[in-house]
This record gives sequence, C-alpha cells and structure tokens, in this order.
Amino acid sequence: MRDVAIVSFAQSHHRRAVEDLNEVEMLMPVTREALDNIGIGIGDIGFTCSGSTDYLAGNAFSFVSTLDGIGPWPPISESHVEMDGAWALYEAWVKLQTGAVDTAFVYSYSKSSSGDLAMVMSRQLDPYAVGPLWLDSVGCAALAASAALDAGVVTREAMAEVAARSRRDALANNEYAQLRFDRTAAAVLAEPDHVGLLHRSDCPPISDGAAAIVLAAGDRARELCDNPVWIRGIDHRIDPMALGYRDLTDVPSARLAASRAGVVPAEIDAWELHAPFSHDELLLRRAMGVPDDAVVNRSGGALAANPMLTAGLIRIGEASWQISSGESERMVAHATQGPALQQNLVAVLEGDR
Amino acid sequence: MTLVLPESLRDVEAVTRVATPARLEYDFTAGRATTTFLRGILEHKILGEACPICHKVYVPSRGACPSHGVPTSEIVELAGPGVLVSYCVVNVAFHGSVMELPYVGGLIQLEGADMFLMHLIQEASPDEVRIGQWVEPVWRDDADLEATLESIRYFRPLDRPDATVDEAGHVVSWGPATRGGAA
Ligand SMILES: [Zn+2]
Repeated sequence: MRDVAIVSFAQSHHRRAVEDLNEVEMLMPVTREALDNIGIGIGDIGFTCSGSTDYLAGNAFSFVSTLDGIGPWPPISESHVEMDGAWALYEAWVKLQTGAVDTAFVYSYSKSSSGDLAMVMSRQLDPYAVGPLWLDSVGCAALAASAALDAGVVTREAMAEVAARSRRDALANNEYAQLRFDRTAAAVLAEPDHVGLLHRSDCPPISDGAAAIVLAAGDRARELCDNPVWIRGIDHRIDPMALGYRDLTDVPSARLAASRAGVVPAEIDAWELHAPFSHDELLLRRAMGVPDDAVVNRSGGALAANPMLTAGLIRIGEASWQISSGESERMVAHATQGPALQQNLVAVLEGDR
Repeated sequence: MTLVLPESLRDVEAVTRVATPARLEYDFTAGRATTTFLRGILEHKILGEACPICHKVYVPSRGACPSHGVPTSEIVELAGPGVLVSYCVVNVAFHGSVMELPYVGGLIQLEGADMFLMHLIQEASPDEVRIGQWVEPVWRDDADLEATLESIRYFRPLDRPDATVDEAGHVVSWGPATRGGAA
C-alpha cells in the first residue's frame, strides 16, 4: 500500500439557498482555495474526481458544465461519481494506490435548494415498489427512528441531546456551518413532532455548498504541506437497497467498513460522523463501537450543515483540519449515502507527529 | 434456480412492465454570468465575458474559463454580426417542435467572440447556407424584449464576403476567404 495523505481542504460557507450564483460559480472559489492553499494548479494534479448528482440540479450533465470551474482544458484525467464526494475521494485513493499518479483532486457540491429536496431524494429508492409511494427522505429517516425508539436502542432524550450539541458545537467551532446556536435539549424535546416521531431539530438543514480536497502520495505529500494527514485505512460497504430487507435499528455496513478500515475505538481521539438525523449518530455510534465519552462531530456535523453529496466529504476534510491543527492525533471520518444509512464509508486519519 | 410460487400465483400473468411516472419541479439559478447576459438582452445588447488570463470571450458565459478555471470577469459588448462555423438542416419534426420544415440550425461565432452561439438561421433557403457565411441577429421589437435568447428571433445572411473557417470550426480570418483555407 502507498501512503496517501490529505494535503489541502476547503469548503464554502454553507447556506440555505445560494440564489445569486450558479453551481460552477459557487464551486469555483472553493476549488481555487484548495489548490491555492498549497500553491499548485490543476496542471499539477494527476487525477480529478467529483461527486454530485444531476437530480439535485434538475439539469442533465450539470456535473460536466461544473468542470469548467477547475480548468479542464487542455484535457485532464477525470472521473465522476453519482455519490457523496467521500466516494470520489475513495476512487481517487484507489487511483493513487495504482501508482499511476501522485496527486489527486476531489470535490463535491450541491444546490440542495433547487427542488423539493425530500422529494428529489425519494428518487433514490427502488423504482418498482417503493419509489411510486414517494416515500421522502425525511419520512424514510422517521421510519428508522421509530423502529430504533421501539427497539429501545435510542431514546428521544438522547436524540435531542445530539441535536442540541451539534448546533452548539457548530457555534463554538465552525464558521462554515449553517445552523449555529445554543439551544438546550429540553427545548428540542418541547418541539411538536415534525415527521413521525422526529422533531424538526432532529432533522438536518437544507444546505447549498461545496468542498474540495487534495490528496498526495508519499514524499509528494510532504513536499506539498507541513502537516499531511495520512489515510491509514479506508473502506466502504453497503446494506441491501430494499428497506424491508434491512434491520433499520442497526447499521451492519458501517460496522463492517469500520472493521475493514482498521478502526480500534480506544485508539481514536475524535470522530466526524456523517449523521444527517440525530438518531443516525446514535445508531452509528452503536454500530462502530464509539465510546460514550468520545468527542463526536466537533464541527457540528451534518445537523449543522448538510449540502447533499458533500457533507460526507466535509467530514473527512473537517477531520483533516482537526488533525493538522494539532487538536487531534488519530480520528475516524465517516460518510453515508442512500436511504436510512444504507451505504457507509469509514476512514482512519492520522497526523505525522 | 426454479422459483416455486404459491398455488394462488401459479397461473397469474407475469408483470413484464410497469410505468412509474415522476415529476419534480426546480428553481433554476441563472447565476452571475448568465444574469449579466440576460440583462443585456433586455437592453438589446449581446454581452460576452472574457477570461482575465487568456482573454477569450465567451457568449453567453457560464461564469468560468474552462482553460483556466477562473471567473470570466471582463464584460465585452459584441456588435451582433457573426460567421456561421457549422450548421445543420433539420428535415425531421420532433416532439414539441413548432418550426416549419426544413429549417436550419446554425453555430455562430459572433465577431469578437471565441466561442459559439447556437441559433436559427432564417431568410435563407437551406441550400444557400454555407460555412463562412456572415449572419446578423434579427431582434424582436424593443417593447417585446424579454430576458431570453428568444428575444433574438433568428439570424439571417448578411451581404458581406465570406470569412475563413478552419477545419476545427473556428474563424481564422474575418475577411474574404483565401484559397486553400487555412490562414
Ligand atoms: Zn482563460
């Protein structure tokens, strides 16, 4: 295996709706900053991979026009995944492992605000049996929350605690987040039910935003920055597509991905978990064996800013910042995709010191 | 593998096809660059944008120079006339089309621009249309201008000697065609 590190990360100030800029205009400052941070241009990059979905833009091949923002002419080696940018990072990591390139550029972005997001996300369900029911993404999460509450693996109090802590941590630590305020768990519990048993605060905000990461292998990583953050392990797994085949109170694919990525919970000093809904964090903690007193989502996580298909890549970027700043030494960054935590990616990140 | 169905389903006709219609609505954000272009159209102007590095002029600009990955930040007003660098004659009606057949769709490099605009070519029979031909925009009346490219109704031939277009489809000389093509 080649040693591969994150050498630069940039993200936008996520907003409820970016109404003055199109996608490429929203993305360009972020990709520019990620390259400028380490003084390189797109010509120094061996492979570029992006994550986004045209379903959010409502515009066929929107991801191709967005490429203009990074300067793909003369032609670059490039790929795209209809997945969170965390999976684009995985593809780039594989490309670096082949030895074909020494640097890779990863970015993702979304305008979650362009359509009715919950309905747009219903299109990821199987088109024969569940899709025609228009079960939306919040409804899907509410199903899982109810199952988990019924089974006693989560409580509404613990969910409210996650909801309150995430926005409070965003206020303290994350100027890029969208929901940053200090509201108590008791105030969350006092909210009326929103969808099923979910309070509004148990749900993520709708966010427009972008993020970009530069990866480099071995010595090239050390040349490009003083504090490379090494990817010590990375793996992604998937649970069945049909909701009825799954136990929605558990996340076997996250457990398996964590184990294959080499996660030893006792050795991890902080976690960035991509948990869009408050119960998601509790289910992921249980699946991956996160200790009760662990530091989870210092950034506020997806409950504080949730640009679709980008919030997972942001977890990896946030973890890299927390390590390169010296706040943490070894972290887990996690990303999810699909209805009710169906697909999960786990990476173990570590600094040089 | 043999699938054994319960008795009640043995003679049921197989479902070979289902239709699951979907409809989603979106608010499209034109963005800074396209807004500049469309506001120009309202004022009877064609506004392109130039890359600050290579000075290529895009019209309409999507906001970025693909060669340099930077915003196209310099606004350039174009006169209107341009050269046909490619075209096609449409002989087949497609769903929703309101055009009378046959008609010509053209790729036009406006004078002063480095990229192409696609538009209708009218007031010319298809067999007169040719690469290198000068064309000019025919606008709606000022009172009817809207923030859409349809405010230019079509382009029509302009009586001016043909320009020279290279094999890749770019204008290499805006003046009269030289024998042998390439400049
Ligand atoms: Zn340029």
